[in-house]
Amino acid sequence: MLKSLFKIFSSLKLTVTCLSLGCVLVFWGTLAQVHLGLYKAQNEFFRSFLVYWPLDGSAPHIPVFPGGYLIGTVLLINLLGAHLRYYQPGKRKIGIILIHFGVVLMLVGQFLTDFLSRESALHFRIGETKNYSEADRACELAVIDTTEKDSDKVIAIPCSLLARRGAVSDSQMPFTVSAKTFYANSELMETNMPGFEQIKTTAGVGAGLWWREAPRVTAMDSVDQPSGIVEITTPQGSLGTFLVSAMLSQPQRFTFNNRSYELLLRPERFYMPFSLRLLEFHHDKYPGTDIPKNFSSRVRLQNLDNREDREVLIYMNNPLRYEGETFYQASYDPDDGGSILQVVHNPSWLTPYLSCVLVAMGLIWQFLSHLIPFLKRRAAK
Amino acid sequence: MKKFIPWILVACLAGWVVASLFQPAETGFHTREFGKLPVLMDGRFQPLDSVGRNSLLQIRTKQTVLLDNSQTMSAAEWLLEMMMKPEQSNDRKIFRIDNAEVLDLLKLPENQKFYSFSQIRPQASEIEIQADRIQQREDAKISAPADRTVFETQLMKLYEEMNLYQRLQVSLKPPATDDFAAELAAYQKSIAPGIAAVQARDAGQKFDQDAFNNLVGFMGGYQTVAQFALPAIIPPSDSNVPRDDWQNIGTNLMQTAHTGEISQPAQSYAAMVTAYRANSPADFNQAVAGYRLWLADRFTPQLNKAGQESFFNAFEPFYKALVIYVLALLLALCSWFNMSDWLRRSAFYLVGLAWVIHTFGLVFRMYLEGRPPVTNLYSSAIFIGWGAVILGMVLEKIYRDGIGCVVAAFAGFVTQIIAHNLAMSGDTMEMMRAVLDTNFWLATHVVVVTLGYASTFVAGFLAIIYILRGLFTNTLSPETAKSLARMVYGIVCFATLFSFVGTVLGGIWADQSWGRFWGWDPKENGALLIVLWNATILHARWGGLVRERGLMNLAIVGNIVTSWSWFGVNMLGIGLHSYGFTDAAFRWLMLFVASQLALIFLGLLPVKMWKSFSARA
Repeated sequence: MLKSLFKIFSSLKLTVTCLSLGCVLVFWGTLAQVHLGLYKAQNEFFRSFLVYWPLDGSAPHIPVFPGGYLIGTVLLINLLGAHLRYYQPGKRKIGIILIHFGVVLMLVGQFLTDFLSRESALHFRIGETKNYSEADRACELAVIDTTEKDSDKVIAIPCSLLARRGAVSDSQMPFTVSAKTFYANSELMETNMPGFEQIKTTAGVGAGLWWREAPRVTAMDSVDQPSGIVEITTPQGSLGTFLVSAMLSQPQRFTFNNRSYELLLRPERFYMPFSLRLLEFHHDKYPGTDIPKNFSSRVRLQNLDNREDREVLIYMNNPLRYEGETFYQASYDPDDGGSILQVVHNPSWLTPYLSCVLVAMGLIWQFLSHLIPFLKRRAAK
Repeated sequence: MKKFIPWILVACLAGWVVASLFQPAETGFHTREFGKLPVLMDGRFQPLDSVGRNSLLQIRTKQTVLLDNSQTMSAAEWLLEMMMKPEQSNDRKIFRIDNAEVLDLLKLPENQKFYSFSQIRPQASEIEIQADRIQQREDAKISAPADRTVFETQLMKLYEEMNLYQRLQVSLKPPATDDFAAELAAYQKSIAPGIAAVQARDAGQKFDQDAFNNLVGFMGGYQTVAQFALPAIIPPSDSNVPRDDWQNIGTNLMQTAHTGEISQPAQSYAAMVTAYRANSPADFNQAVAGYRLWLADRFTPQLNKAGQESFFNAFEPFYKALVIYVLALLLALCSWFNMSDWLRRSAFYLVGLAWVIHTFGLVFRMYLEGRPPVTNLYSSAIFIGWGAVILGMVLEKIYRDGIGCVVAAFAGFVTQIIAHNLAMSGDTMEMMRAVLDTNFWLATHVVVVTLGYASTFVAGFLAIIYILRGLFTNTLSPETAKSLARMVYGIVCFATLFSFVGTVLGGIWADQSWGRFWGWDPKENGALLIVLWNATILHARWGGLVRERGLMNLAIVGNIVTSWSWFGVNMLGIGLHSYGFTDAAFRWLMLFVASQLALIFLGLLPVKMWKSFSARA
C-alpha cells in the first residue's frame, strides 16, 4: 500500500498531470481577472487549495478544480519523491538536482511570502514625518484617549473583530466596544435614496444619515469603505450607539469618567521603530508631453534607537531597504505635493534570487552536458 | 556552375540593398532635406519625415500616398503639403475607412478604400456627435472603451485620425495665411505700436485702435496654432533654457510679443512656406539649407539624430530583409522536393544576408532609441524573428537538410509582417513610461523572455513541418523524422531555459520596483504558462508518456500558449502590461489558434493516413 502510494507520488505521470493542471489553472485564473479583478482572482485561484464554482461565491459553491496551493504542494511532494526514487550519484545529474532544488526553493519561498509578507502604504505630504504605514485593505477601529495634552493613548480594534459582532474589552479600556452592525463595504448618503436605510444611532453624527451595504470591491485601484454601528458599554450602562465609517472624516467623540475619547475607523496602521520625513518629491516628464519619466522622493530617515539620521532618495526601480521593510515609490498626490510609498515586509524576499541562480545554473549545466557531446558526435561523423 | 549560383544570388541581392543607399539628387523642392529637420514630438526628437510617416501609417495604413495618376507621394512631401498648403492636401485620398456602417453615416460610396478629407468634411459634425456620445458615456463610467461595438471602435478611430489630420494642418501656419514671411515681417512691425496701444488701453488712456486691432489680429491666428500644433518645431533661442525645451511655432510667435524679435527658426519656416506656396523651389531649398546651417552650430545632436533616423526610415532595412527572407523561403522549400544542394545552400546564404540586414536594422534602432532591442510589441516582433532566425540557421548548420533554412526564413518573414502591422498604431520608438525606464531590466528580463518566445515558436514550427511533411508528402524519411524530433526536443530545452530565466528575472524586476516578486499579473502569468508548458513537454517525454508524434503535438500547443502570452494577455485590458489593442489583432490571434488546433488534429490522425509512413510500410 505504502509502496504503491510512494510510486504514485514519485511518478513522472503525476508531474505531467500537475504541470498541465497548473497550465489550465494559470490560464483560467488570468481570464477570470477580467471579471473578478486581480485581487479576488488571485485569492480564488492561486492562493487557495480548491477553486469553487460559481466564482462569485453564490450557491452551489462546489469545488471544481485544484487551486494553486494544492497543485504546488503535490508538485513539491512529487518532486522530492521523484528525487528519492530516481536519485543516482554522478556528474550528469548535477544539473537536474540544481534545477529541482531551485524550484523547491522557489515554491517554498512563495508559500512563505504568501503567509509572512505584508504590504502597506505610506502616504506623506512634503515636510510631513511619519513612523507608520497603513494597510491597503484592512481597517481598524481606533479608540483614542485624548485627555492628555501631549500624548494620545490608542487602542486599535481590527475590523475583522468588529465583523464578528462580538463585544471587545481590554484592560486599558474602562468600557467594552461591541459592534451592532458592520458592513465591509458601504455607501453613506445625506438624503434618502432608493435602497438606502436610515441610520439609527443614539449618539454623535450618524442619526441624520442613510446607508446601505455595498458589494466588496475587487478592482485593484479602489478600496472598500467599511461602516458600522458600535455601542460603548460601561459598567454603569450604555453610553449610546455610534456610527463609525471610513467615510467620516471627523472622529466621533464622547467622555466617560472625565476622560475624553474619540472613535475613528481608519486603515490599519503598522508602526515602525524609525521615522521618515518627505523632503522633496519630483515628477519628471518627457519634454513636451505628460508621459511620466520618473518619480522620486527625497526622504530623511531618522532612527532614535541607533541615532541613525540620513537622507535617502527613493525612485522608480530603486527602493529603500531598511530594518526588514522595503519602501518603493508607488504613487503621488495629483498636485505633486505628496508621495505614496509602498511598504513591503517580506522576510523571504531573497528566495527567488537564490532559486533563480540555482535553476539557471542547473539548466545551463544540463543544456551544455547534452549539447557538447552531441556536437562532438556530429563533428566526428 | 551550380556551385556559384548561391554566391551570385547573394551578390545580386546585396547589390540591390547597397544600391538603395545611393539616392538620386533631388530636383525641384528638396523635400528629403525638409524631412530631415528635427522636431520634438511625443517626448522625443525625430525628423519631420518620421512625423509624416507615423501619421500616414495611422491614417492611411501606409507610409506613402498614392496619387490619382498612380504615382506615389512620400511621407515628407505629404507632410510638407499638409503644413504649408493644406487646402491642396484636402483632396488627397488618405483616410482608410472599411466599416460599412461608418461609410453609411458619412454618406460615402462603399466602392472606395480611401477617402479624402474633402469627402468626409460635409458629415464631420456627425462624427463629432457620435464621438461625443461615446466619450461622455465612457467618462461617466457607464461603459469602458472595451465595450465599444465594431462601429464605435471604427468611428472613434476615424475621429482620432481626423483630429491628428487637422492638427497637423495648423502645426506651422495659421489657416488663412498665404505669404507667411511677409506676414511675420508685418507682425514684427506691429508689435511695438500694438503693445503701446494695449498698455495705454489698460491704463484707461487714449490708444491707437488700428495698432491694437492689428496686433490682436495676428495673435488670434497664432493662438490657434499654439493650441493645436502637434510637433514642437522651434528650438529655444535663449542659451539659458534647457536644450530640450522646444516650442510649437504658435507659442513661439505669441512670446515674440514680449521679446519683439522673431526667432530665426520661425523666420526660416515662414520663408519655406512663402516659397512653397509661390512655387519657388530655389527659395525653398535655400531656406531649408539656411535653417540646417543655423541648427548645425547650435543643435548638433538633434540635427544628427534626425538625419540618422530619416536615413533609417528611407533605407527600410526590415522591409529589405523581408523580401530576401521570402526568396530564401521559396528556395528552401524547393530544396526539400528537389533535394539539390545548391538550392539549399542558396537559401542558407540568403537567410544569412537577410539576417545581416535585419541585425543592422535592429542595432540601428537600438542606437537611435538608446535602448535595448525590445521596448514594445513592435520591437518584440522584430526581435523574436531575429532570435528565431539564429536558431534556424544553427539547426541548418548542424543538420544540413533544409529544415533549419525554412524555419529561419519563415520566422524572419512572418515576424516582419507582424511587426509591420503592429507599427500601424503610430510611433514605434515612443518613450517608455516611468517604471519601464530602466535599460538594465529591459536588456535582461525582456530580451531573455523574448528569446524564450522565439525558441518556443521555433519548436512549434518544426513540429508543424513534421506533421505537414509526414502527412502530405513522402519526404519525411525515418532519419528526417528522427532529426526533427531531436531538434524539437533540443529547442524545447533551450526554450525552457530562456523562458524560465526570463520569467524569474521579470519577477526580480517586479520585486525591485513594487516589492512583489510575483503578482499574478496577466503578462507574468503568460510567461509562467510558457515555462510550465515547456516543462510539461519535457517531463512527458522523459516519462515516456509521448513519443515522436505526441512530442510534435505538444510543441504545437506551445505555439498557442506563446501567442496567447505574447498578444492575448494584452487584449484582456487589465494589469500592468496592458498596452491597448485593436480587434483586428484579436481576430488574427483567434485564426492562428484555430489553425494550430487544426494542425494538432492532423497530427492525431492514424499513422496509416500519413503518406510518408504508409509509403514505407
